[in-house]
Amino acid sequence: MELFEHLSLGFGVAFTPINLVYCLVGCILGTLIGVLPGIGPVATIAMLLPATYALPPVSALIMLAGIYYGAQYGGSTTAILVNLPGESSSVVTCIDGYQMARKGRAGPALAAAGLGSFFAGCVGTLILAAFAPPLTELAFKFGPAEYFALMTLGLIGAVVLASGSLLKAIAMIVLGLLLGLIGTDVNSGVARFSFDIPELTDGLGFVVIAMGVFGYGEIISNLAQPEHEREVFTAKVSGLMPTKQDFKDMTPAVLRGTLLGSSLGILPGGGALLSAFAAYALEKKMKMKPGEVPFGQGNIRGVAAPESANNAGSQTSFIPLLTLGIPPNAVMALMVGAMTIHNIQPGPQVMTSNPELFWGLIASMWIGNAMLVILNLPLIGIWIKLLTVPYRYLFPAIVLFCAIGVYSTNNNTWDVWMVGLFGVVGYIFVKLGAEPAPLLLGFILGPMMEENLRRALLLSRGDWSVFVTRPLSAGLLAAGALMLIIVLLPAVKNKREEAFVEE
Amino acid sequence: MNIKSQKDFFSGLMFMGVGVAFAWGATTYNVGSGARMGPGYFPLMLGVLMAILGAAITFKALVVETVGGDKIGKWAWKPLFFIILANLVFGALLAGLPIIKLPAFGMIVAIYALTFIASMAETGWKFKNTFILATVLAVGSYLAFVLALKLQFPVWPAFIAG
Repeated sequence: MELFEHLSLGFGVAFTPINLVYCLVGCILGTLIGVLPGIGPVATIAMLLPATYALPPVSALIMLAGIYYGAQYGGSTTAILVNLPGESSSVVTCIDGYQMARKGRAGPALAAAGLGSFFAGCVGTLILAAFAPPLTELAFKFGPAEYFALMTLGLIGAVVLASGSLLKAIAMIVLGLLLGLIGTDVNSGVARFSFDIPELTDGLGFVVIAMGVFGYGEIISNLAQPEHEREVFTAKVSGLMPTKQDFKDMTPAVLRGTLLGSSLGILPGGGALLSAFAAYALEKKMKMKPGEVPFGQGNIRGVAAPESANNAGSQTSFIPLLTLGIPPNAVMALMVGAMTIHNIQPGPQVMTSNPELFWGLIASMWIGNAMLVILNLPLIGIWIKLLTVPYRYLFPAIVLFCAIGVYSTNNNTWDVWMVGLFGVVGYIFVKLGAEPAPLLLGFILGPMMEENLRRALLLSRGDWSVFVTRPLSAGLLAAGALMLIIVLLPAVKNKREEAFVEE
Repeated sequence: MNIKSQKDFFSGLMFMGVGVAFAWGATTYNVGSGARMGPGYFPLMLGVLMAILGAAITFKALVVETVGGDKIGKWAWKPLFFIILANLVFGALLAGLPIIKLPAFGMIVAIYALTFIASMAETGWKFKNTFILATVLAVGSYLAFVLALKLQFPVWPAFIAG
């Protein structure tokens, strides 16, 4: 089987000592930021990008990927023990996980989250390995018109599946696309919107935007809120092992969560967050067994399903990135940046031109998931200690790491000024209720979209109908239009708003 | 006319303003035609689209009722000011600011300054605690970024290190 050949190549790469170390570092960092509320994977990956310059590209990507899926594990710990989502994708885990902890069943809740995540991670990795090659084949049939249509579909998917106002999300994407165009136009050499500032002719750095908006913007709005009364169940997390009955209850939930998460992760705009919400909604629809604890009062299924789903989703969201070169969410948009820094053009050719990178990364995810189970279950005590660190010691450190990270991207203070500016912009977004994740996605896709639109229209001599006469492109655009129509239907619209409301 | 959603009203205005600005800026470049797109074509298209979206959001904010008026709420001027200031002072101290003839003070001094200014964003900060935190961060950053990762920073003030 070709799959096994590929995987053995991948494991050969991933099992080298240096890559194992970076995988471990990524997983530890991921768990760390997952546990700590107030800092997410987007800001962390942006912070660490400059530090990966010196690394070989495989090691760099292995570490950055570890941060993303590691955060899904760590986030559940905080959700269960403190009733605060350490990661946005753990919001629903709070509901039943915290109730279990209050009933003295924190151990089984943590175990259900950890084991469910591990199972889902393994399945997600296998799906990634199995589906990547055929999708890559398909990608080679894509011309500029198809790429443009695919990116449009991806952006529509990102707004449709995101929470909050649809119109605002679209406007944020357009703003991102426009910001992405700042700098020298590759075709004409004209410096656009640069106001004769030499630094701006290279365009805005995505590290600057990610850190300013996600790092500083969030810190400022966190500080504006009064400190929460935290009730931490640190005293006794004893008896990690779930009972036989627990296993019986959680196994089908884990399976359903994994299946749902894997399929939603592939969708543009999907990923960990959406998967968790959908899995919880599905579990609530399932028939209750007699004698089962109701949802919202500490049902183990309400922990196992969303945690499995968010991990499966974070794994499979690498599929569009690795096969088509299109990032489906903000974290993957940063991964595009990371690949570009290392001179790898994301897209279907990665698999053939850098097979050791492609399969090494996939194999490392499986190893990383195994490391994470060990990091998160037997070593849970360490992470609980971390939860007792007050925010007042954390936020100056985060500000510092952002500032150092952004300076070292170009060794230039210009970026430090810009990140300050985008910090203010980020806070304005928070105040106006404008979700920033679509902006980052648009920012990365902006230049790609313009280039493909230009090529497509050049080939068709300015005839816009090229997008609907080519079957693949027409199909993709129709899918996008269908998604928009479905979401705007009144019945679905209400359901969608319901799904994103916390209980 | 009443504003039904403050957040949407002002974000709509913001999108309209930025959209118009980008579209107007795009017209100063060669726009070209579909078959031969100039550098202004795509930005003009997007700018107009964003202005329309902004108008729609503003309109919706004036028409559709929301619970409690969707107020923006108080601005947290203090954290905003101190966090951004900490960032700017860090940049200026780290590498110097030739415009105001500020020499480079290096990373260590910059970290102490950043930690103190950032801490002021929060009420109830204490000098001793902040000093300890700054020292931990300075030593940690030196070990991690300068010794381990070998990033190129000015570490000490230029007039001491030369």
